[in-house]
Amino acid sequence: MIFLWIALGIVAILIIWFIAVFNGIVSLRNRTQEAWSDIDVQLKRRHDLIPNLVETVKGYAKHEKELFEKVTQARADAINAKGAKEAAAKENVLSNALKSVFAVAENYPQLRASENFQKLQDELTDTENKIEAARRFYNGNVRDFNIKIQVFPNSMVAGMTGSKPFELFGAAEGEKATPEVKF
Amino acid sequence: MGFFLIFVIGLGYLLSWVFDNQFILVIAVIIAVVQALVSYYYSDSITLAVSGAKEAPRKEPFLELHRLVENLAITAGLPKPKIYLINDSAPNAFATGRDPKHASIAVTSGLLDKLNKSELEGVISHELSHVGNYDIRLMTVVVVLVGVVALLSDFFLRWTWFGGRRRSDGDSGQLGLILFIIAIAMAILAPLAGTLIQLAISRKREFLADASGALLTRYPEGLASALEKIAKDREPLEAANKATAHLYIESPFKETSQNRGWLTGLFDTHPPVQERIKRLKAMISK
Repeated sequence: MIFLWIALGIVAILIIWFIAVFNGIVSLRNRTQEAWSDIDVQLKRRHDLIPNLVETVKGYAKHEKELFEKVTQARADAINAKGAKEAAAKENVLSNALKSVFAVAENYPQLRASENFQKLQDELTDTENKIEAARRFYNGNVRDFNIKIQVFPNSMVAGMTGSKPFELFGAAEGEKATPEVKF
Repeated sequence: MGFFLIFVIGLGYLLSWVFDNQFILVIAVIIAVVQALVSYYYSDSITLAVSGAKEAPRKEPFLELHRLVENLAITAGLPKPKIYLINDSAPNAFATGRDPKHASIAVTSGLLDKLNKSELEGVISHELSHVGNYDIRLMTVVVVLVGVVALLSDFFLRWTWFGGRRRSDGDSGQLGLILFIIAIAMAILAPLAGTLIQLAISRKREFLADASGALLTRYPEGLASALEKIAKDREPLEAANKATAHLYIESPFKETSQNRGWLTGLFDTHPPVQERIKRLKAMISK
């Protein structure tokens, strides 16, 4: 008779553990998805700042037509990207295009001195920092979630409920190459 | 919070039973409820007012500071706290607030002048970690519990002094007397032990905030360098007093003796700066 009670106790404990792990996975997954949309918020902020930047630069550097087309196209692509992986790739293209704009602006001292341009530059730098911060937060959540579903006892729960690991939002391929500084 | 309330009310009930007086219970309940509510909801405004802090608006010259705090808050996944400025040339900072949604961070003008950007990031990430680790709420509960322990021992001492001297002549005299002396010794030492435990907890949480901050910025050198600068600056903070000293990132009183003994070290709210810098530098992966 006593064995029956022990067996029931063990089953009860197993069920409680299963529920706890399952809920932990669900909660972390939702947090990770929310962290992704936080990155999205910052990316949109950058998208909104760009038309203004293009107009300001056009005012001083009318002949840089290729540049403007490149930036505008990159921005449109980034806005229309579907899914995390495509979005990450298109956003990196946009980051590179923006870098070219600021590099070109170095040749136009009047543009550099313009208050509007400086303010936009500040805001864009801040947005880049915010994207960086949101990315770090997202990666932290991804790391926690991936650990939780891959650690030994939990991996059985994860397998049963079909949880797949998230991908880390890595640095741009272009950024990984160390820039050469030539004097 | 609720647990504490029940605890104090239970204590009041016990005491009123012991002293056969209902009035004590009523008073105890009123005091406990009022004090719990006030300290829970207003501790941050009280702390800020006592320290002479004024809210810093999001525009020059505080725009960079606001952006810095915003970005760190995004990295931590915390809502952005309110930012306050204390007009004092001694570099220091503190965080207050019962949970991340109602948090505030205060920095001195000296801090903004003397630290560079990565050092400032280190300090702010340390303060933000205090908020995220609910350290403020933890220390409030600890302080109150220590106070309750002190009250309890006080009551016990008075009770034995004035009432409990009914010695049963002879029979269990020896053992009873020894136990009695031990009880009195414990009653005297208990508040002291409570305070030492509170300070030990405070030091441990400071180390934790250092480590959490370094995890946020992935750059422990920033905070290490900031701590070196702050420790070298011997100017004491005018607005600080013993009640708020433990909240600051480094003790605002600048005790002058560098070779504090082990015993006096137990009474510090913050761990020694050299130890904190050493631990931070150990985190730097080569």
